[in-house]
Amino acid sequence: MSASHAAERSKYSSRSWTRWIEMRQALLNKLITAKAEKRPTVVVTDLASGAQSLWLGGEYDGDIAMTSGLSDSIDRTLRRDKGETFEENGVRYFLQPFPPPKRMIVVGAVHIAQSLVPMATLSGYDVTIVDPRQAFATEARFPSVSLQHDWPDEAMSALDPDRRTAVITLTHDPKLDDPALLVALRSPAFYIGALGSNRTHAKRLARLREAGLTESELARIHAPVGLDIGAVSPAEIAVSIMAQITAVLHAPAQREAA
Amino acid sequence: MNEQDFDAHKNILEQAAAWRTEGRSVAIATVVKTWGSSPRPVGSQLVVDTNNNMIGSVSGGCIEGAVVHEAIEVMQDGKPRLLFFGVSDEEAWDVGLACGGEVEVFVEKLD
Repeated sequence: MSASHAAERSKYSSRSWTRWIEMRQALLNKLITAKAEKRPTVVVTDLASGAQSLWLGGEYDGDIAMTSGLSDSIDRTLRRDKGETFEENGVRYFLQPFPPPKRMIVVGAVHIAQSLVPMATLSGYDVTIVDPRQAFATEARFPSVSLQHDWPDEAMSALDPDRRTAVITLTHDPKLDDPALLVALRSPAFYIGALGSNRTHAKRLARLREAGLTESELARIHAPVGLDIGAVSPAEIAVSIMAQITAVLHAPAQREAA
Repeated sequence: MNEQDFDAHKNILEQAAAWRTEGRSVAIATVVKTWGSSPRPVGSQLVVDTNNNMIGSVSGGCIEGAVVHEAIEVMQDGKPRLLFFGVSDEEAWDVGLACGGEVEVFVEKLD
């Protein structure tokens, strides 16, 4: 077996074993509560001794002393949404961020949305459907998803898209799509996509220009939405959309900016 | 649809805590560093109990067997372990990553 043991027990001696066990349970329970409340959290582990600390939105608690180097590493790991090892004074630490889930706002409780929602949920997004047409946005058509029946501009302002949010408009109706896009394009959302052909999109751009959006704001719209994979059925179009969102999420520029 | 049905990864730690509450011994394995083309990113976790039940993953299935074996020892003696898996040697009956990557996995007991 090519597994090698780098960690041994020697460093436990200075501390009461029982106390460490209590700490560990308390730490896991705190972490699970913070995850449920969607608060950003980082677990810091000493890879030699197994000692741990928890960073929870400015509060820091545990067996590992805070240093300026560790604080920088915590900032970095949260910003990148990526765990990292960090070494200081000969001790190696592992930092694991538990960021709140990414969000997806889908405007239009249409057929494509019925395929897109489960794919997005599988990919780790918290999905909200916005559609004032109550006949479309029903619990029966969208089980276990948050449904918003307000007008899209109000709903979008309330949802307040951040840099971890993707927004997709699917209604095909300018009355519903445009107000949502107006809010989305002035938000830091990492992805904004709009369903519609090149012709439909040209008309949309003209309307949004009229509404006062700048060219650089308009250039953020992915339209026609989704990667060009020749998708035809609603499920295939959902695959193309999910693939494009994933590509944008993991693009190197996005990773560094985020 | 219940989120838990199709997003096991998201609920790994919750599951670990639930198993522990039931009185089972539980170990958590976490990918802490990768080099080259490793199958699962840093932060990926695998939770194991003493009956070889597992949730999550630390590779595409290449090293899970060895990690579970180590996890059982971790549950017995309580000592955390830092494991390193390199490129597998096709000539030998060795545990490793066929993809050519290397990973470091930290295994700890949940007490």
